[in-house]
Amino acid sequence: MPTINSLDDLKKVREEALRKRDLKSASGQKQIIIGMGTCGIAAGARETMKAILEKIERENLTGISVTQTGCIGLCEMEPIVQVQVGDSQRITYGKVTNEIAAQIIDKHIQGGEIFKEYMINL
Amino acid sequence: MKYFRSHVLVCVDPECLEKGAHQVMDSLNDELVATGLIGEIQVLETSRIGGCASGPEFMVYPEGVHYVGLTPDDIPFLVDEHFLKGRIATKFQAPVKKIVDEELSAPTAKEVRIVLRNCGIIDPENIEDYIAQDGYMALAKVLGEMSSDDVLTEMKLSGLRGRGGAGFPTHLKWQFTRDSKSDLRYVICNADEGDPGAFMNRRVLESDPHSVIEGMAIAAYTIGARYGYVYCRAEYPIAVRTLNLAINQAKAMGLLGENIMGTDFSFDLEVRMGAGAFVCGEETALMNSIEGKRGEPRPRPPFPAVKGLWDKPTNINNVETYANVPQIILKGAEWFSSFGTEKSKGTKTFALAGDINHTGLIEVPFGISLREIIYDVGKGIKEDKAFKAVQTGGPMGGCLPAKDLDLSVDYEALIAAGSMMGSGGMVVMDEGTCMVDIARFFMDFIQDESCGKCTPCRVGTKRILEILDRICDGKGMEGDIELLEELCTQVKSNSLCGLGQGAPNPVESTLRHFRSEYEAHIFDKKCPAKVCKSLIRYEIQEIACTGCTVCARNCPVDAISGERRSPHFIDPDVCIRCGICVQVCNFNAIEVI
Amino acid sequence: MTMEAVFMTEIQAAVEKAILLHGESRSELIPILNDVNHALGYLPAAALEEISFRLKSPRSALFSVASFYHMLSTKPRGEHVIQFCESAPCHVVGGREVWQTLREQVGLEDGETSADGKWSLITTSCLGLCGVGPVIVIDEDAYGNVKPDQIADILAKYTD
Repeated sequence: MPTINSLDDLKKVREEALRKRDLKSASGQKQIIIGMGTCGIAAGARETMKAILEKIERENLTGISVTQTGCIGLCEMEPIVQVQVGDSQRITYGKVTNEIAAQIIDKHIQGGEIFKEYMINL
Repeated sequence: MKYFRSHVLVCVDPECLEKGAHQVMDSLNDELVATGLIGEIQVLETSRIGGCASGPEFMVYPEGVHYVGLTPDDIPFLVDEHFLKGRIATKFQAPVKKIVDEELSAPTAKEVRIVLRNCGIIDPENIEDYIAQDGYMALAKVLGEMSSDDVLTEMKLSGLRGRGGAGFPTHLKWQFTRDSKSDLRYVICNADEGDPGAFMNRRVLESDPHSVIEGMAIAAYTIGARYGYVYCRAEYPIAVRTLNLAINQAKAMGLLGENIMGTDFSFDLEVRMGAGAFVCGEETALMNSIEGKRGEPRPRPPFPAVKGLWDKPTNINNVETYANVPQIILKGAEWFSSFGTEKSKGTKTFALAGDINHTGLIEVPFGISLREIIYDVGKGIKEDKAFKAVQTGGPMGGCLPAKDLDLSVDYEALIAAGSMMGSGGMVVMDEGTCMVDIARFFMDFIQDESCGKCTPCRVGTKRILEILDRICDGKGMEGDIELLEELCTQVKSNSLCGLGQGAPNPVESTLRHFRSEYEAHIFDKKCPAKVCKSLIRYEIQEIACTGCTVCARNCPVDAISGERRSPHFIDPDVCIRCGICVQVCNFNAIEVI
Repeated sequence: MTMEAVFMTEIQAAVEKAILLHGESRSELIPILNDVNHALGYLPAAALEEISFRLKSPRSALFSVASFYHMLSTKPRGEHVIQFCESAPCHVVGGREVWQTLREQVGLEDGETSADGKWSLITTSCLGLCGVGPVIVIDEDAYGNVKPDQIADILAKYTD
């Protein structure tokens, strides 16, 4: 990790972080972001994440990054999974069970189609 | 289960209905019958699939194709194309477009996100994500170009007040601590969020820990503190873990520790975990706990700003207060104070819980009405039941009735109405809630959490609870209400800390707004909400009972008797009022009286 | 070695580890107690004695702290600790029924430990998971949106 000794250093780190983010979008990378706050975990986010990772591994899917975020504040919709393909808008899915997670990967990540039935608005 | 090869979900939201969704559905059913497909394709009603504006609409699964703009006349063509020939009828297919999300996003328009801006957006375990959102730029600005006085002026202009509940102006607290003579000073973040129903701080700590760290570093620079503590409750293990990770990353980057960003400012931060004691959320009790003692409050004055942790001047603020600071520094006091009311600036996070459709965390500007929070942001009461009361301010807050729904939410207005801001818990209750039961419930909590140091709180809360217990048990006596009122006054005025001083609030506020419910319990031996078990009876309505015996078979205590095909009867002396019979009866024949 | 001797070794190891991590200082008492409580399941008298000796702090002071906090226990706890959130938001969304079922199924009341040492049942203050209430926590696992009929399945995960 770089050490920050001045404002310029901080700005460099920021530029680098932004560049990485843009690169992700520009290369059309598919991102799956799972809400892993305590409420998400209590509602089963850990199982959902496991199911997603296993499916990716089992089916040898590539170009997908799986990351986590905190709580987005829609606790009644947990577990929550967000999907972003390239620079398109981030879509949020709620009440994502293992089966729905698998379908999100099939339909949205692989098929490029928003899985509206489980989509929620922010 | 019957197997269908396709499911058609027809949107029957009001807008689609008006445009003829039912006619489309009828036509679809007719056509499926005509083509002999009716056994293979199931047609169901649904709502909110996102295209009401161009409705009627439906989704076809498993393909997940969304058709819009349909008329009954289009159906034969569509059935032929999609279900017989297996081709998507692109003519009616809804375009997958970015604005789909926006079409559905109206309900939260009244929210403003300052504290929660990064929550759910960034990866809390990756400091670079925070830096990409201008993280630590405020600290850099303060260290590079602002004096301690400059920061205080900015904070003063912003009007930021403590978000822990009391609403004390933040800049004054900082100034008092800075101006106390001492060789050492401390900053503490109070993350002992113990109010039942309040979890705003947990969310910030778990989702955006660096905003709190940055806010604390700015406070430390301003008051001249070298060390800081975050006191986090043990009930939040993930928050503690995330925070520790964030602190370690900040240290590794040189954003905490010696000579931050090449200046002579040094600051170190440590997380202290509580061990499950509600009273530790009180600032002096919290400091005792950090020192490794029993978490009992200390008398004030002296205030922490003069004599705090290890008797040194200490600034103690809430998580949300600190999380606001970087944004105020970056965007300016003028921007911040453009939100809110004259005396309450900025936004406040609330945790919505109870009988409300949207439970979870919201952030709204001060001055919004309770009605807007509950019906617009919170999307109304569950199952469209009637609103009865909202409890604000945590266990020591008060219950506000429907007539206060248009109250503007700010520190002063809530206190005037007999409740308080507290840290931001809001428990919404519908018509099925018994207010005496709720008061008893909160008193049970407070009585349990009273640390026992001072007598009014230790004994007073116990006596109040005993009276409430007997009222709910149907053994309330004339004079109980007056006795409650007297006890409340005494506990309030003679307790040592905020816990005892606030303890009577739930009782006082329910007495004030729902006195008739207390009277019904005491004098009529009735619980109007039909909650208190000693005061209700289950009765089978002869007319509705078919004698199916389901209730008798499910009764755990064999209180129900009767012949098959003739009305049954519940023996009130045996019945334990568990309510199972009501749940299992298919004919709604059992009534609660 | 006798059972007692094994236990004493365990206690000393837990205390040693906690003190090594937090430092031999009175101000670190609560983190130390938390760690030892976590390692041993509770704070046996012998552990408090050992900590008292190491921190040069009277035993009475340690007991007063250990008995003050809900999360610290001076009595042995079961193999699995079930925590039930008894706060208002869980209460109003069906917590009462869950609590009743839970007590029936493990056959315990609040604060009790089963005779076979398998379960302890305790109530806890708000866990901040109100959006997914009612909530129970078993050991470190939180379960949200709990319905009475799911309790048997949840408990079954811990019985084998």
